[in-house]
Amino acid sequence: MAITKKDVEHVARLARLALSEEEKERYTQQLGTILTYIEKMSALDTKNVPPTSHVLPLSNVWREDKMEASTSATLGSPEEILANAPEHEGPLFKVNKVIE
Amino acid sequence: MSFTSLTASEIAAKVRSKEMKAEAVATAYLDRIKVLDPKIKAFNEVFAERAIAQAKAVDVRIEKGDASGALVGVPIAIKDNMLIRGEHCTCSSKILEGFVGTYDATVIRKLRAAGAVFLGRTNLDEFAMGSSTENSAFHTTRNPWDTTRIPGGSSGGSAASVAARMAPLALGSDTGGSIRQPAALCGILGFKPTYGRVSRFGLIAFASSLDQIGPFATTAKDAALLLQVIAGQDDRDSTSVNQSVPDYVTGLEKSLKGLRIGLPKEYFISGTDPEIDKAVREAIKVLESFGATTREISLPNTDHCLSVYYILAPSEASSNLSRFDGVRYGRRAKDVENLLELYEKSRGEGFGPEVKRRIMIGTYALSSGYYDAYYAKAQKVRTLVKQDFDKAFKEVDVIATPTSPSPAFKIGEKSSDPLQMYLSDIFTISCNLAGLPGLSLPCGFTKAKLPIGLQLLGRPFEEGTLLSAAHHYEQAQSWNKEAPKIAL
Repeated sequence: MAITKKDVEHVARLARLALSEEEKERYTQQLGTILTYIEKMSALDTKNVPPTSHVLPLSNVWREDKMEASTSATLGSPEEILANAPEHEGPLFKVNKVIE
Repeated sequence: MSFTSLTASEIAAKVRSKEMKAEAVATAYLDRIKVLDPKIKAFNEVFAERAIAQAKAVDVRIEKGDASGALVGVPIAIKDNMLIRGEHCTCSSKILEGFVGTYDATVIRKLRAAGAVFLGRTNLDEFAMGSSTENSAFHTTRNPWDTTRIPGGSSGGSAASVAARMAPLALGSDTGGSIRQPAALCGILGFKPTYGRVSRFGLIAFASSLDQIGPFATTAKDAALLLQVIAGQDDRDSTSVNQSVPDYVTGLEKSLKGLRIGLPKEYFISGTDPEIDKAVREAIKVLESFGATTREISLPNTDHCLSVYYILAPSEASSNLSRFDGVRYGRRAKDVENLLELYEKSRGEGFGPEVKRRIMIGTYALSSGYYDAYYAKAQKVRTLVKQDFDKAFKEVDVIATPTSPSPAFKIGEKSSDPLQMYLSDIFTISCNLAGLPGLSLPCGFTKAKLPIGLQLLGRPFEEGTLLSAAHHYEQAQSWNKEAPKIAL
C-alpha cells in the first residue's frame, strides 16, 4: 500500500497530532512498509467469518440504580482531580476560547 | 542468608511469624536498589521512605496480632502504568508529566490489603508500546545478564527489577507479550492470565480487548501467590469475569500425569535461534518425564497474527489515547492560538515516535474508506486465530512454544526498523488475540549466557495447569535459581 505525504497529513489531522516535516516524511515511508506487511492477511477468505471484537462472551452488567456512598475514595476527590489539570478555574477545566 | 535471596513466599512466612520485620526486608531491598539500579535503570521512581513507612505499618499491624494477608511484608515493584493513589504515574511518557494518581488501581488496592510493600514504579516502553524499553521517554532499562542489551518490553523495568533481585515480585501488563517476552529475556517467570481474570481498573489502557495485568516472579509458587491476590471479578471492570478463583498455591502439586502438550509446528521454525529451539525441546522433555505426553499440532493462521495485532492494537490505542489532549491532565503545549492547536501541539510534543506511529496506523485503519479492509478484516481473522486454538485445545491441554525467537538483543540494534522490532513478538501475540493465559519460564541459557524462555499457553481460566507445569519443571531444573552476576 503506497502511502503519500497527503495521506499522512490527513490522518495526523484526524488523530490531532502536530507532526514536523521530518516526521511526516518518516511516517510516509514507515506506514507504507508496515501496511504492506499487514496486507498479507487480505489474501485470506473471510466471507463467512464473524468478527471478534472481544474474546469473552460478555453481556451487559446491570446493577441497582442506587447511589454509592462516595466516589472520592475510589476515584479521587474533585480537588485531587483538578490538581492534575494544566489549568483550571474553580471547579472547571480551562481551555482556549472555543466559539469565535 | 540475605533477605534478598528469599522468595516472596518465604518473606511472607517469616514476617508473619515475626522472625523478620517487614521494615528490615524493605530496607534490604531499597539498599540493593540504591547500589544496583544506577546500572540497570529498572525504576522510574523508588518510593524509599514511603515504602519504609508502609512496611512499618505492616509491622505494627502484626504486633497487634493481625498477620493476615498473603503477601505481608513482601516488597513489590509496579509497572508505571498502574495508578497508585498519591503517586506519580507516567507510562514513561512526557505527556503524563506531573500526573498524580487520584485512586488506587484494583490490583493495588488488593495488594495493599494483602500487606505488600510498594518499592517503586518501573520503566516501560511509552504506553507499553514496544519490546525493549527503548521507547521510554526517560531511559532504556538494561538487561541484568548483559547491560549492553535490552531487557525486553514493554514491562522491561519490572522484569529487570526481579531478575536483578531488586524486588522479589513485580507487576507487569501484557498486550502482545509485554510480560512474557521480558521475563524470557531476563531469565525469570512471567505470567499473563486469561483476559478477564484480573481487573484492569486503574491500568492505563493501551488496547482494551488485549491488555491484562500479571505477575513476575522467580518461582511458580510466588507467581501463584501473587495471582491469587490480584485475580477475581471486579465491579469496576466490566470485562473482568465472574469465575471462581481456585487455590493456585495448592494446585501447584497437581500431577502432570496424562497432561497432553501440543507443539505447534508453526512455532518451531527455522527463523528461531537454534540454541533456543534446543533448550525449549529439552524443557518439554523434562515435562514428559513427569508423565506429560506431547504431540505435534497445527495453528494454521499463525502467520497472520502479527498483521491482526498491528491493526487491532493500534486501532484501540488510537481511541484510548485520545484522552491525552492537554486538557484534564498531563502536559499542555504553550503559546497556542485555539483549541485545535492546543490538542495537536500538546499531543505532538507529548507523545514519542512509536506512540505517534501507532496512533497513525490505528487512525488510518479506522478511517473512512479503509475500515473494512483493515479493522473489520483483522477482527475476522482474529476469529480464525481463536478458532485454531479452540480446535487445538480439544486435543491437547497445554501448548508449548519458545517465548521469543531470539535472546536479548543489543541496545539500538532494532530501534531504527519498527517492523523488525514488531517481529520480536511473533510467538507471544496469538495468546492475547485469543485471550488465553500464557506463561514464560526460564529454561536455559545461550552460550553467551543469555536467558531462554519456554512459553506455555492454556485454555481460558486454566491458569492453574500452567503454574503446576512450571512448578514441576522447577523441581527438576534450577534455571530459575540462577541470578545474573551483577546481582550476586
